[in-house]
Amino acid sequence: MNDNNSFEPKIIAFLCKWTTYAAADLCGVSRMTYPPNISIIKVNCTGEVSADMILSAFAKGADGILIGGCRPGHCRYEDGNLKGANRVYLLKRALKEFGVNPERIREVGIAGAQGLIFQRAVNKFTADIRALGPSKVMSNA
Amino acid sequence: MSRIGVFVCHCGMNIEETVDTRLVAKTLKEYPGVVHAEDYDYMCSEIGQQKIRDAIKEHNLDGVVVASCTPNMHQETFRNAAEEVGLNRYRLEVANIREQVSWVHSDRQVATEKAIRMARAAVEKVRGDDDLEPIDVGHETKCLVVGGGIAGIQAAVDVANSGHKVLLVEKDPSIGGHMAQLSVTFPTLDCAQCILTPRMVEASRHPNIELLTYSEVVSVSGFMGNYEVTIRKKPTYVDTDKCNLCNKCSEVCPVSVKEEFNEGLSERKAIYLPFEQAIPSSYVLDEDACLGVKPIRCGLCQDVCDVGAIDYDMAPETITEKVATIIIATGYDLYDPSHLTEYGGGKYPDVVTSLQFERMVHPSGPMKGQLRRPSDGRPVKSVAFVHCAGSRDPGRHKPYCSRICCTYTAKQALLFKKGVPDGVANVFYIDVRTDGKGYEEFAQGIISGKRIRYIRGKVAKVVDEGDHLTVWGADTLSGKRMEIDVDLVVLAMAMVPSEGTAELAKTFHINVDENGFLKEAHPKLRPVETTTAGVFIAGTAQGPKDIPDSVAQGSAAASKAIAILSSDELSHSPEVAAVNEELCSGCGICASVCPYDAISVERSGIAVVNEILCSGCGVCAAACPAGAIEVKNERHEQVESMIAAALGSAK
Repeated sequence: MNDNNSFEPKIIAFLCKWTTYAAADLCGVSRMTYPPNISIIKVNCTGEVSADMILSAFAKGADGILIGGCRPGHCRYEDGNLKGANRVYLLKRALKEFGVNPERIREVGIAGAQGLIFQRAVNKFTADIRALGPSKVMSNA
Repeated sequence: MSRIGVFVCHCGMNIEETVDTRLVAKTLKEYPGVVHAEDYDYMCSEIGQQKIRDAIKEHNLDGVVVASCTPNMHQETFRNAAEEVGLNRYRLEVANIREQVSWVHSDRQVATEKAIRMARAAVEKVRGDDDLEPIDVGHETKCLVVGGGIAGIQAAVDVANSGHKVLLVEKDPSIGGHMAQLSVTFPTLDCAQCILTPRMVEASRHPNIELLTYSEVVSVSGFMGNYEVTIRKKPTYVDTDKCNLCNKCSEVCPVSVKEEFNEGLSERKAIYLPFEQAIPSSYVLDEDACLGVKPIRCGLCQDVCDVGAIDYDMAPETITEKVATIIIATGYDLYDPSHLTEYGGGKYPDVVTSLQFERMVHPSGPMKGQLRRPSDGRPVKSVAFVHCAGSRDPGRHKPYCSRICCTYTAKQALLFKKGVPDGVANVFYIDVRTDGKGYEEFAQGIISGKRIRYIRGKVAKVVDEGDHLTVWGADTLSGKRMEIDVDLVVLAMAMVPSEGTAELAKTFHINVDENGFLKEAHPKLRPVETTTAGVFIAGTAQGPKDIPDSVAQGSAAASKAIAILSSDELSHSPEVAAVNEELCSGCGICASVCPYDAISVERSGIAVVNEILCSGCGVCAAACPAGAIEVKNERHEQVESMIAAALGSAK
């Protein structure tokens, strides 16, 4: 954690294809740049993001995980985003017990028209993970 | 062992500028399972697509990755190309290296590395993809049109003329929308009602159109071809068929409220005719204004009704309908003038909105076309028209241009000068934007006639001096401050989505844009489609526009709906949940989280998926404690491999 200057965080983003993924596309269309540390994986719904997927990302070396879906009340599949949020809430509590900082997982709800908000969210999360330093999940495993 | 081909697009310089596409192709060629990789200027072009088709045949590919723009742009294009030469369309995936790589990053080396990782992740996805066949489903035969303004009427009539049934739902007691309120339409100065009313009659008399006025859609479920909608119809307390429009009920009604059709410039009774040409042609009892229909009531209207049309026992109806496709044309409202405090909007009676002015100059409006000040009834001898009232004002009001105001203000100023030849008309403008066919000639004809004073500059403040209004502004061409006394101020108000649009978007699972208008699937190529298959949008609900554009969108949405209604069978995405019977314990957690009741646990103790109801959201897959239910081609194993590839780590 003392060598943060050369530390390039690896971030996996699970983005709902209906909204936050579209916001990421809009960000590109508007040529709004953000750090390249994030790798986007398109999902149907944040409700599809399982604990397995999150743990697997940590195990494979991710330092942070961004989960981007619909804003509350706007889910394409009724309330998949809320079901996903409940799961992540519990997972974060469990991870804390295992010494993983829950701040490494962040959830955002961004509409397809909100490219700027997506850019800000990525900038902020990348900076925050950079400040947290490398995840130790791998080395502890 | 898989035989995957990778095709890397330059997109001209759009990708090539920041991503070394040749290196991406070269690196991917070494990736396990990849037997062919190449880069090309435009993969979406006919030559590019041919390269994909040729390679599939030549290398006997069983999977394809195209690294290019967002899958929302061309995934279907590439899948169609692959399918032509026999590759299952679900074994082609797109790696988004334009919107999510080259356009958002600037360091060529870093962007190239990321593009390589994203292309590898797509290879991992393809490696696990199975051949899938679309699920054929039957469909309903009716089209729902929501909103009975000109766009909705046009859509309904077009669909009905193609031989399909239409259900036209309007929340007000009459169809017609805002167009029915207008005096004359620019640039031809046709009487608005003269061109609208025949269409309204056509819609109401059409054997294929069922009209539901005073009604709102409260819920929608299902999918393209098989939507189920619930509609709530408010009671009008008047039997439409019996009402003979004698007006006796209205004469005796003791309650007066502001009349919506005249934008509050006149009053109506609690039982009233929405407007003379209203369809359905019947009086309506406004239960909010009425003294009460039950159990205690004044009963005056029923007593005088000779034909017994008034029925106080009428109750709200809930109607459930099955429809194949939906067109939403819910129109606009004006921005609330009370937000424009500096102009006294909503406060000074002689500061009126553009729609109020339409009613004021209308020959059958509340003033019978004789312009008088709303406050004291004096004839109007001078007017200040204010452009961009709430439009083009980012930060404070609406950032966008409302598109029609420049042209209608020119028309309104002309109408004022026709009615009051010795009157003075001042128009305050930022620019004059008259973009439609014939509009520029129309507006310039009025401006160059010099009978109307066009002043380039915004109005800073309007002060009500009692017998007149003082307008403070600036003429930015001469650099002079202006102070003009007028009898009336007309605000060319911004158009905003009609009240309830946000709720409606939620009900229909469609998106709104940053200004609250309904969002189209693609701004250029899919202007009347939404991201929900089978749901289309038309008219000003999608954004500010004039009558011809609203009508054009109504017809465009109708043609999209007709394509669905006329197809023999519709296909449903095969990317649905599937159960591994070996692992399933029948606990039923999947069924409990499914938003569509698509999963049931059968007597065998194993979960069963109804593929027609399943939308493939994957909530069940994430919830299953045994990993026994997965979405086809979105399996855990695939996602895990994708994560590993995206992170550049070993699996």
